[in-house]
Amino acid sequence: MCLGIPGQIVKITDPDRLMAMADISGVKREVSVACIAPADLHTLVGEWTLIHVGFAMSVIDAEEAAKTLDALRGLGEAQETLEAMAEGATALEGRQ
Amino acid sequence: MRYVEEFRDPVAAKGVLHAISKVVTEIGATKDKPVHIMEICGGHTHAIFRYGLDRLTPDGIEFIHGPGCPVCVLPMSRIDECVEIAQRSEVIFTTFGDAMRVPGTRKSLMQAKADGADIRMVYSPLDALEIARRNPDREVVFFGLGFETTTPSTALSIQQAAREGIGNFSVFCNHITVPPPIKALLDDPHMVLDGFVGPGHVSMVIGTHPYDFIVQDYGKPIVVAGFEPLDLLQSVLMVLEQIRDGRAEVENQYARVVPEHGNALSLAAIADVYEPRPTFEWRGLGEIDASGLRIRDNYRSFDAEEKFGVGYGAGPRSVAEPEGCACGQVMTGRIKPTGCPQYGTGCTPEMPLGALMVSSEGACAAYYQYGATDAENVEAAE
Repeated sequence: MCLGIPGQIVKITDPDRLMAMADISGVKREVSVACIAPADLHTLVGEWTLIHVGFAMSVIDAEEAAKTLDALRGLGEAQETLEAMAEGATALEGRQ
Repeated sequence: MRYVEEFRDPVAAKGVLHAISKVVTEIGATKDKPVHIMEICGGHTHAIFRYGLDRLTPDGIEFIHGPGCPVCVLPMSRIDECVEIAQRSEVIFTTFGDAMRVPGTRKSLMQAKADGADIRMVYSPLDALEIARRNPDREVVFFGLGFETTTPSTALSIQQAAREGIGNFSVFCNHITVPPPIKALLDDPHMVLDGFVGPGHVSMVIGTHPYDFIVQDYGKPIVVAGFEPLDLLQSVLMVLEQIRDGRAEVENQYARVVPEHGNALSLAAIADVYEPRPTFEWRGLGEIDASGLRIRDNYRSFDAEEKFGVGYGAGPRSVAEPEGCACGQVMTGRIKPTGCPQYGTGCTPEMPLGALMVSSEGACAAYYQYGATDAENVEAAE
């Protein structure tokens, strides 16, 4: 939960709530861009970000994203985060 | 056994390891008279064990594993309070999965869930907020846990709930901050610390200036580090060079992600929603001044402590650790995990007795996962 995971912003989904769709290792997940929000949110589309518990916290370059993902995979954290995202989706539907 | 070949760039890693050995020799540090470097962040602890950095580096370096694993420093009484809230029939209790197996005095959240409480693991407080939207007749509580990296997420979720008027959402706030326990450890006369490897993602939020006191008041070096193995090695080298040169500075090895002044939008959200508690209890470290956060009065209707009348100051604070559990001594570096009588017998990652065995970022779990066999072999050989 303490390490962020890189994700690429693919679409702004709700400009009022500062929400965007991110591609995180092939999984689509809606995230908040409130912590990195530029004046024009659409400039974020295509950017790589470090996503932390559903919040994009930092814009990073593609090489940094690849290196970070590599390190997370090495620690088993990438898989853990993807599993947590799946758990979160289940939790919305009812008792787990 | 881990090898340098596992690194993304083995040639660079070998170069840094060679430079580290040289500086350790120049300092005159040896196995009997080592340099003590504390890595503050639990993610760094995990990486050090995963890549065997403690064994790839010379004997003259002793890593002290810091208090930077949020579930590990959580007192049992706080888990008891979570269980108390979660067992109310109107409550849906939501939490990061990491907190599920942390033992309370009677039960963990995992056990409470098995006993029928509606406890759900979520990835983000935004999931909890969505559960609140979908279940207007239930009270949805999120267990707000973690250091400055996770604090903005709950602050922004509370702000969002306030904007939308979601009255059935609240946060049980147990957020903590990194600098106060570092000060407490530096003030502890039993601790020997020569330098620090600073946390990466916490610093991405708070910047590097909150560490200035380490340099100015205590004359110790600190280098903010990324968590790739090569980042860690480079940061250790930078700490060692400062020690050799008699310098004490805040250096930033992870500048590609950590801005000097942190993330302004995150800091603004934290300041709007939270204020420091006068004091907060840390497992193994006791009460530390201004080390925890609580929800400001403006947002008190989103404060689970107010809503349910439980929480800090409402009940008995300190609860004794389980018998034989030495988490406190491990946390302060007084003993190694293997020095705890329960290690690997009464306390394992599958059935943790102490919090340090729960999370992969806890020193005991990391030792158990990557180091136990090697450590035993080393001890047997000695």
